[in-house]
Amino acid sequence: MDISLGVNGHLEHLDAEPGVTLLDALRERLGITGPKKGCDRGQCGACTVHVDGKPVLSCLTLAAIVRAPVTTVEGLSDGDDLHPVQQAFADQDALQCGFCTPGQIMSAVTAVESGVDDVREFMSGNICRCSAYPNIVRAVEQARSADATV
Amino acid sequence: MRPFELTAPTTVDDALDASGTVLAGGTTLVDLMKLDVLTPQRVLDINDLPLRGIDTRDGLRIGALERMADLAAHPGVYPVISRALLLSASQQLRTMASIGGNLMQRTRCTWFRDVNSPCNRREPGSGCPAVTGPNRMHAVLGTSEHCVATHASDVAVALVALDAEVRLTGPDGARSVPLAEFYRTPGDTPHREHDIRPGELITEVVVPRLDWAANSTYVKVRDRQSYEFALCSAAVALDVRDGVVADARVAAGGVGTVPWRLRSVEAALRGAPADEESFAAAAALATEGAAPLADNAFKLTLLPRTIVRALLDVTEGSR
Repeated sequence: MDISLGVNGHLEHLDAEPGVTLLDALRERLGITGPKKGCDRGQCGACTVHVDGKPVLSCLTLAAIVRAPVTTVEGLSDGDDLHPVQQAFADQDALQCGFCTPGQIMSAVTAVESGVDDVREFMSGNICRCSAYPNIVRAVEQARSADATV
Repeated sequence: MRPFELTAPTTVDDALDASGTVLAGGTTLVDLMKLDVLTPQRVLDINDLPLRGIDTRDGLRIGALERMADLAAHPGVYPVISRALLLSASQQLRTMASIGGNLMQRTRCTWFRDVNSPCNRREPGSGCPAVTGPNRMHAVLGTSEHCVATHASDVAVALVALDAEVRLTGPDGARSVPLAEFYRTPGDTPHREHDIRPGELITEVVVPRLDWAANSTYVKVRDRQSYEFALCSAAVALDVRDGVVADARVAAGGVGTVPWRLRSVEAALRGAPADEESFAAAAALATEGAAPLADNAFKLTLLPRTIVRALLDVTEGSR
């Protein structure tokens, strides 16, 4: 079937089976490999992207049911200028192997934008096998305080 | 995933005319299709149907397509509902999953999810490995020799406590079913999980007005602090006047094959002093008729304690 997706400001068209997930459409068809395939079962959060500005698991989202614009980690930076949350992850060394980081950052952007009270609770759907959690929490807090001073 | 046909009706009438397995957020269906547990040939993407809206003017009316996160964040929702939602799953899943889909989610029983295992719920008559174990996460209430799987929803426990009704529409018209009756205990037919007829669609969830449910909460006990299913949970609402319980609602999750309303506990609370001693005496009735399995007898101790904790939480500040 014909599927149209707005991804990071570009309108993309693809012909795919109805069962193709948003994650596979992004990675295998559009070459957008920021979202990672960890568990592919909606349990690890590595595939987190924004649809209509909200974090969703792209591995459990069929590409064909997506109506609203999609943003992946690739869509956050402005050229070489990192998004404040990306910069905070770099500053706080909030990763080890980095595999979960694109998903962590997409959830963290929402944590900062929506001003959540409990960062650890909000970020619990993003598993980090290296257990970089203390620095991930620091990165969110850095980005949040930077956001407050804007 | 096996090939299937996908259509996206834009009206409820069109959706009723087109038969198929209903897809909203996809957090259950896509997961189980990947596992081959569900293999529909036709899938209906209902996300264009006009089944949205949260109306708090007289009780609560929730469009079936409202997402868990949006309902949890709505200021007019009873605390027990928003607490149950916020303690469910992860923020990504709450953003995706609809209320109708949450109520229709399937059990997380390991054997149900593994097509290489027997499971009476998935394949009637094939057997139930959970009865002999391991069965630490399984139910102690409402079980049968054919199935001991728990119902996984948190918000359904809160809704059952508040006498919520499910509104359905189908080929024979619209009807309402109390949520507590919508769910079936497994008995001899564990594969028949709901009172839903072929071609029917959940359109709305209706919660009757209950002003004192402003004093309500949901306590969930888990193996880890977040992003985990309940070992035991308690949804309670309490009407305390002059230190005495005038009325109470109590339901439990993580322990039953369906969301488990505890009317005997409610009856014992009515007229009792709002203190820990009478809460414990009432909560002790929660395990009446419970049938522990090899690995989950701890739930008989944990459930009354969870209920007492929830009752104490809502008693602070209301005395």
